[in-house]
Amino acid sequence: MSHRLSLVTDFLPFTWVDGPGNRLVLFFQGCNFDCKACHNPHTIPLESVQAKRWSIDDVLERVRASMPFIRGITASGGEATLQWEFLVALFGRIKADPEFSHLSTFIDSNGHAERAVWDALLPVTDGVMLDLKVLDDAQHRQLTGHGNARSRDSIRYLAAVGKLYETRLMLVPGLNDSDEQLRTTAAWLLAIDPLMRVKINHFHAHGTRSPASAWAEADAMRRERNRAVLLDAGVQYLC
Amino acid sequence: MRTRPEDVLAAIREPKYSYRQKVQVLAGLAENLLDEPEIGPAAKAALDARIICDMYEGHAPYRARYILPDYALALRNGSAHLELPPAADLDEALAFLLIMYSATPSITGFPVYFGDLDTLLLPYVDDAIDDETLHRKLRLFWISLDRMFPDAFAHTNLSPTYNRVARTILQLERELLQVVPNISLKVHPTLTSDEYLLDAVQTVFANGKPHFINDELMQHDLGERYAAVSCYNSLKIGGGSHTLSRLNLKQSVLAHVGDVDSWFATTLPVHVSLMGELMTARIRVIVEQSHFFDASWLAQEGLVRLDRFSAMFGIFGLAEAVNLLMERQGRSGTYGHDEEADALSYRITSSIAHLVSELPLPYCEGNSGRAFLHSQSGIDLDLDVTAGTRIPIGSEPPLLQHLRTVGPHHRLFASGVSDILHFDDMAVGNPEAIVDVIRGAFASGMRDFTFNLNSNDFIRITGYMVRKSDLAKLPAARHSSTYLGAGSVENSHVTERAPKRVVSHESSPVAGH
Repeated sequence: MSHRLSLVTDFLPFTWVDGPGNRLVLFFQGCNFDCKACHNPHTIPLESVQAKRWSIDDVLERVRASMPFIRGITASGGEATLQWEFLVALFGRIKADPEFSHLSTFIDSNGHAERAVWDALLPVTDGVMLDLKVLDDAQHRQLTGHGNARSRDSIRYLAAVGKLYETRLMLVPGLNDSDEQLRTTAAWLLAIDPLMRVKINHFHAHGTRSPASAWAEADAMRRERNRAVLLDAGVQYLC
Repeated sequence: MRTRPEDVLAAIREPKYSYRQKVQVLAGLAENLLDEPEIGPAAKAALDARIICDMYEGHAPYRARYILPDYALALRNGSAHLELPPAADLDEALAFLLIMYSATPSITGFPVYFGDLDTLLLPYVDDAIDDETLHRKLRLFWISLDRMFPDAFAHTNLSPTYNRVARTILQLERELLQVVPNISLKVHPTLTSDEYLLDAVQTVFANGKPHFINDELMQHDLGERYAAVSCYNSLKIGGGSHTLSRLNLKQSVLAHVGDVDSWFATTLPVHVSLMGELMTARIRVIVEQSHFFDASWLAQEGLVRLDRFSAMFGIFGLAEAVNLLMERQGRSGTYGHDEEADALSYRITSSIAHLVSELPLPYCEGNSGRAFLHSQSGIDLDLDVTAGTRIPIGSEPPLLQHLRTVGPHHRLFASGVSDILHFDDMAVGNPEAIVDVIRGAFASGMRDFTFNLNSNDFIRITGYMVRKSDLAKLPAARHSSTYLGAGSVENSHVTERAPKRVVSHESSPVAGH
């Protein structure tokens, strides 16, 4: 399977914001959402001149250079699950090879993947960081171009099988961060898992396209308010 | 520089010095009325050109530069000189140590080593002492250390194994946010737990301490009983270092006429041997003329032993030396950014290590009659030259490449390297990532390093800590080392180093350190 290629936009030898500990992160080209708030919109198209075709050995060469400083590798994007066949092969190789098998394998996803994709990935995947852009389906459609039924299914399913590492809420002031929205979202998440790890990603205008490039970013007070509401709603593991 | 009357007058009149700082400076000026230890004309010329440097230790050294008393032995046996019986409980141990520190000489006037305090105190901490009592007693002790020995070179070590005392010390560090003591944590791949490292990393987030050292590598080079003291000088407990001299590699290259290979073949060996001459002269003054090892109570009571002493051969300016030598070959690559330049840097340090291993020095039985190699972290007078084997401030590559460039040097420097890595606040959300970097660095053979976080009040200058808020308060800071820090900030722009950075320092002719 090592002849398989995948389109990689970029990678970082170290990242501290893509899962537990220090990790190597791969950004795959192509996304099935078209988020207004995306700060890397060049990763959305399925093809890009900036992206390069990487083989599994190309990836492992980079991983080798980052060892022994990392505890794992994270597949991000774009939407990493679009390249699920490559990921199954890559993560499978990592798990099978004694040189790499101590590394944990994580996926950063928008959750818009079918159950069958998860079923293929999960045997070789240790955890998933999943974005819930907004709980309300209509609003989700506005923000991303798609409904969120499948993302919500993914959250439920991954939590049920113990592979949901954290749920990420990308909060845009005035759009999806009202106290009520946060309370409803927290209640929905905690009903799935009372100990769910929740991470807030505050919206940054940098890198986004119009109209998001003109949206306001949360100030310190608003961020504090967002946190307080989620904590008050019972989120115990808030990052 | 020989003392002039106006230097004495200036020291007496200097309003920013405390009484104690004046006494220290005046003692240095008195010492420098004498001739320097005798060296030949070539060594003298190299010293005057600052190709080799005596760290302004003074013209007539009368105590070893770094002294690591065997505090455990003293606590166990008591001291006739101090008129103290063996310590029987925690209170007695704490009082014993404070007394002993006050009677321990060093180059700075304050002890550079407080002992491995968790290891020393653990035998006195039994179940009868609850956590609250331990916290209260250690807190007073900790405050005493900072107020009685206000010098950031004063250093304690923590053992690789998590224990009640170590936990309390880290907690106090986060509570008190003191400059003193500086702390090194001995990290062992199996003995040191993730829980312990996470506790230590959280402490780094609060105040920049501890420094992390590779316990396995240190034990391999120095034996089981070693410690990191002062500005990250790793030496033997019950011993120390007579002197620290350093070779300015940048000046060595500038002084050379010819190509790269001829520098390696001729100029470098000459400069190394001139360093040997300088160090020999200084060591002989300490041992043969000042009678430190006959007269000191520490030596008389067996708390330091001459056969556990050596001397430190420091180098600095590696980055500039590499870049200059690359230029001479018509190559544009620079240290930290180019494989060829990095390879040249390894050739330089391994050549020096070889030359130093063949350079006999008197009274250095602590290292089989040879000096310990040291990557010297700079002093506040250094301009346009990079500390030790570091990558110049502001031009550090991304972290992985940084680690991979400097890492291969570390095994050569038994008495310490102390690279400093500067992180942005992102680290705070993921302390496990820092634990991974620490473990990875040591697994790949690094010896010791420190993290600086740009959001706390502490900044590591050359290795020692200064509070940014104290720098703003000059004149009238309480810690002697703050003045050195001010010089470094002015001269090397250490506060400007981009997140993830490097720098260091040690002694100054001005403050008499």
